[in-house]
Amino acid sequence: MSAVLPEHPEFLWRNPDPRRSYEVVIVGGGGHGLATAYYLARNHGITNVAVLERGWLAGGNMARNTTIIRSNYLWDESAAIYEHALKQWEALPEELDYDFLFSQRGVLNLAHTPQDVREGVRRVNANQLNGVDAEWLNPDQVKEFCPIVDISPGVRYPVLGATLQPRAGIAKHDHVAWAFARTADEHGIDLIQDCEVTGFLRDGDKILGVQTTRGPIMADRIGLAAAGHTSVLAGLAGLRLPLQSHPLQALVSELLEPVHPCVVMSNHVHVYVSQAHKGELVMGAGVDPYNSYAQRGSVHVIERQMAAALELFPIFARAHVIRTWGGIVDVTPDASPIIGATPLANLFVNCGWGTGGFKATPASGWVYAHTLATGRAHPLNEPFALERFTTGALIDEHGAAAVAH
Amino acid sequence: MTAHRLPNGGRVDRAAPVRFTYDGKRYTGLRGDTLASALIANGVLEVAPSSYRGRPRGIVTAGVDEPNALVLVDGSLLPATTLELHDGLSATGRSGVGRLTDSTDSVRHDKRYVHCDVLVVGGGPAGLAAAQAAGRTGARTILADERTELGGTLLATKGFDLSWPGLAEFPETRVLSRTTAVGYYDQNYVVLAQRNTLWHVRAKRVVLATGAHERPLVFADNDRPGVMLASAVREYVNRYAVAPGQNVVLATTNDSAYQVALDLIAAGITVSAIVDSRPEPPAALVNQVGVEVITGSAVTGTEGRHRVSAVHIGPDRSIPCDLLAVSGGWNPAVHMFSQAQGRVRYEERIAAFVPDTCPQDLEVVGAANATYELAACLAEGAAAGARAAHLAGFGGGTAPELPPVPAESDSAHRPVWMVEGDETLQFIDLQRDSTVADIRRATGAGLRSVEHVKRYTTVGTGLDQGRTGGVPAIGVIAELLGASSPGEVGTTTYRPPYTPVSFALLAGRDRGELHDPIRRTAMHSWHVAHGAVFEDVGQWKRPHHYPRAGEDAQAAVLRECTAARTGLAMMDASTLGKIEVQGPDAGEFLNRMYTNAFAKLAIGSCRYGMLCRADGMVFDDGVVLRLAEDRYLTTTTTGNAAAVLDWFEEWQQTEWPELRVRFTSVTEQWATIAVVGPGSRAALTPLLPDLDLSAAAFGFMTFRDTVLCNGVPARVARVSFSGELAFEINVATWHGLSTWELVANTGATPYGTETMHVLRAEKGFVIVGQDTDGTVTPQDLGMDWIVSKRKDFVGRRSFSRPDTARPDRRQLVGLLPVDPDDLLPEGAQLVAGGVPLTPPVPMLGHVTSSYRSAALGRTFALALVAGGRDLIGRELLAPLGNRVITATVTEPIFYDPEGTRRDG
Repeated sequence: MSAVLPEHPEFLWRNPDPRRSYEVVIVGGGGHGLATAYYLARNHGITNVAVLERGWLAGGNMARNTTIIRSNYLWDESAAIYEHALKQWEALPEELDYDFLFSQRGVLNLAHTPQDVREGVRRVNANQLNGVDAEWLNPDQVKEFCPIVDISPGVRYPVLGATLQPRAGIAKHDHVAWAFARTADEHGIDLIQDCEVTGFLRDGDKILGVQTTRGPIMADRIGLAAAGHTSVLAGLAGLRLPLQSHPLQALVSELLEPVHPCVVMSNHVHVYVSQAHKGELVMGAGVDPYNSYAQRGSVHVIERQMAAALELFPIFARAHVIRTWGGIVDVTPDASPIIGATPLANLFVNCGWGTGGFKATPASGWVYAHTLATGRAHPLNEPFALERFTTGALIDEHGAAAVAH
Repeated sequence: MTAHRLPNGGRVDRAAPVRFTYDGKRYTGLRGDTLASALIANGVLEVAPSSYRGRPRGIVTAGVDEPNALVLVDGSLLPATTLELHDGLSATGRSGVGRLTDSTDSVRHDKRYVHCDVLVVGGGPAGLAAAQAAGRTGARTILADERTELGGTLLATKGFDLSWPGLAEFPETRVLSRTTAVGYYDQNYVVLAQRNTLWHVRAKRVVLATGAHERPLVFADNDRPGVMLASAVREYVNRYAVAPGQNVVLATTNDSAYQVALDLIAAGITVSAIVDSRPEPPAALVNQVGVEVITGSAVTGTEGRHRVSAVHIGPDRSIPCDLLAVSGGWNPAVHMFSQAQGRVRYEERIAAFVPDTCPQDLEVVGAANATYELAACLAEGAAAGARAAHLAGFGGGTAPELPPVPAESDSAHRPVWMVEGDETLQFIDLQRDSTVADIRRATGAGLRSVEHVKRYTTVGTGLDQGRTGGVPAIGVIAELLGASSPGEVGTTTYRPPYTPVSFALLAGRDRGELHDPIRRTAMHSWHVAHGAVFEDVGQWKRPHHYPRAGEDAQAAVLRECTAARTGLAMMDASTLGKIEVQGPDAGEFLNRMYTNAFAKLAIGSCRYGMLCRADGMVFDDGVVLRLAEDRYLTTTTTGNAAAVLDWFEEWQQTEWPELRVRFTSVTEQWATIAVVGPGSRAALTPLLPDLDLSAAAFGFMTFRDTVLCNGVPARVARVSFSGELAFEINVATWHGLSTWELVANTGATPYGTETMHVLRAEKGFVIVGQDTDGTVTPQDLGMDWIVSKRKDFVGRRSFSRPDTARPDRRQLVGLLPVDPDDLLPEGAQLVAGGVPLTPPVPMLGHVTSSYRSAALGRTFALALVAGGRDLIGRELLAPLGNRVITATVTEPIFYDPEGTRRDG
């Protein structure tokens, strides 16, 4: 018999028609938009809120990521916001009364070259000083933590060690979004699907509302949270954002008996993999290099990813891919998000999360709600302002790790 | 013959028994059987119980859409319905869950890459007709079919001559059996999985003849063993000559089940009744079949324990049987079409999603296009095949003559999405054990999107990816939401692969040594013979150090360092990237790329250069040689060679196409030997008879083209990455080993990358990627001198941003541990003295490089430290968990700061 997933609630959300105006309109009903709505109600008592979603709730990257949660980022600013998120993750299942299968099974980031080792040790030291749990493991310790990893010296790029964040893990992505959505709905927030924003209502440099496929909607403050399409939306307001959108593919295997106890990531051979509760292996790799909004990618990227997986995990050879898909990651020049005000009054953006969006969901909602409620950045998102691309105060997670999943 | 094997007919070889094991029991089947048909021949219909509710389950289909009959064979989870029987086959039934084992996987998997004019996917009637029509024109045609034999439904059609297409006569036509099209990508790029070969096909035109999948019916206890798709029953009887039951009830919504009934009767199997949802099925069919037809009715339940014993039609009617054959209609297999970005629309007449428009150069024919009558399938296939060939440049586009076939009927269907009964027993997705009750719960929770319902119920997420349960689920959702039709609900997205593909097949040969090409220098064999310990640098294998007997790595490196500083040493530097930059605008181009200027560099001279990204951060560095007025040779770091070439190409192609300049990688063309140390001049003098090696005649940062004493042409450069007198000898790769041996014979000590790193660090030379991390400007490295104030270059604008002028940026400094024997770990973080070490601890920077120095007789390090140059002379702490190392900040140059040694 297979592992049974927890049952979903009897009721999730209403399907209201949009009202004429709201205090806050969030454009984008993904994880970040839904979390923002929830925290507007929870932390700021603001419930006159609509979340506008052009498709179905949480149907973008929230439905397409590989569900990895960790906070072992290098730079202080990143570690602070992702660690805030991890602490939220630890409290949310109870707070939202929704078992979204948050499993702190530990994440290994493998090192395969001396430079990988230097970077790993550097990150572990930085994490520890920032109060983020982190350990450096030698190859034997890697094998002990994840017995199916091939640490033999004969592989093309032998495992030289790994960083371990024990508190990191995975969660069931859809369930997370629905947990936020249900609670936001309970607070009276309108979650409006099939409602595409087609333009902005404005008075000079002041944004007054949005034009949608379901009519105009006025709002005191408007927060964009549409991942790669944030730049498309901002473009409707004449604002250019420094975002590049790439397909990022992922895949699952058939259901398998438990074989993989944790999460393993390797930037060098380019694959990351965990085994979900149901039993399927969930895997991802690097982005497709071209820019695209098509939620699909190239087969050779999948082939390389499989080759990498078999280098690390020979036992996977006879597993099967049963489904591949693509999400669209929106990447900024420094691979860190943009959260905050724009040159247009009342218009705010939250985008550019690249490959970090899922794990950041609660903190992103927390600080964006603060920003939308007060009109000012929360200390955690202050460093992630749009202005940094003018001042040069970048938070470069690219340099720190070529792929920062 | 067993009681379940019919006395005659079928496409099995009765003279060829095949022995196999299933769940530990021994059985015999026939060549031509699948595992499923062989099990049926042995009276085994029940397979492993369901995954979640443990309910008895049986074989339901005869193909790739099988939800129940999954087996584990050699560690692979496969449907018994597609598994060819072979002698010694040992299979274990599994409840939908595989089990990976650590056994060695010795099978070799390969990739093939081909182009063709016409690719036909599917070898049923429409596909055969298409392949014949295309193949006869001489067009390069590929016909891919997933089964062991071509024919598709014709294999289960009596009296049809399958040799008619004569494909073997067309030399340009390739037939790939046992080959499933699994992925359809842009520009007609189709991926085919054929056992251990993955084909990548780029086709001018594609004809999709992928057939249709029969749908099950949804009613209470519809999962009981003995409930089987009608088409599968027909296939088992006609193709495999096995009888899944002896007393059959058929339940249908369409005409196709009547032919099944006729075939069963002809095989001597009793058909007790046909339950037809339509009030008035075609009278001709009803008359022809000659059994009771219960019209306007549907099956509402079944009885039995491990096998159907009766079916219920409403509360009042029950019919005994041992097999219920169901046909809930047909879903055109639009998977490949949808993967090709084709749109589907809902067709009410047949209650199915059918192909509509598609942006790619393809046509869909036959059942995949909802054309279900045989004659029409053949005609449609032939026309499409001829048209595809014509559009690809072959033939006049006229379809060939087709063999005559009997008429068939396909009158309107009447779908049955929901019937009365216990919804918790009305199964939609057998693999996921999900039911109508689950879908009702999902819509009750407020879910309206089919994608939400899928995720809430997990319908369609199993191994068959909704091939059987998908459309019934949509029908139920439509009814529950009161939608006008399933078309209003729409489908979920069809994704590759169409059927499961093993990781090993996708990985192909890119495993082990071939995972990433290993690059070795011309001198590699010498390094191996002399005991080098290698490290991976990019794709290259580089000697890290050369331990002598009894030496550990540390001792070897100290010895190698001493040799380079005090005597004579040599290193294989061949792996450095080398790019020739040629053209009248080469100098101008390099001026725009590098932070320093190259346009006026004298021919015969070298200059160290630095590249920045647009954000002003260091990207790469290396020495550039000017070979001629219009010709430079740039060198890059070993790991970045390809990235730098890409970078050059990108800027030239996208920003400055007017510049007349071209780039050629010549990394592999040259072998490079660095000869280092105060003894290098004397040692090389006899080897370079034509050169005056004196400092006056051969100045630092110049090069000479010359001929070695052995007659080998060489380019010798006076560059130094160690601070010592050094000569870099470049020869054609094929002279690399002999030249290396020539130099080695002078008594030079070979050294590896670690010694190179120590020597350069003692001099404060950075290694890009080790002492930089994408956040470091040249100024941060104390290299303001390399940033031109006069010309523009990539990254220059970023140096005017406020952040790059901050005084507290992280700057390169040196560190001397207070205890000269303490070695700072690379990656150690640095904090100010007196700061409490309770998180969060403010960090000032980190150690980028750290070594023991033979020359200094102590340890030392390089670090990036905030405002570091103002901290010179101060002490910083490196907290390392259970200990703290204290180190003094110094200038980042530890050895020969005046540069007195480079000229010898």
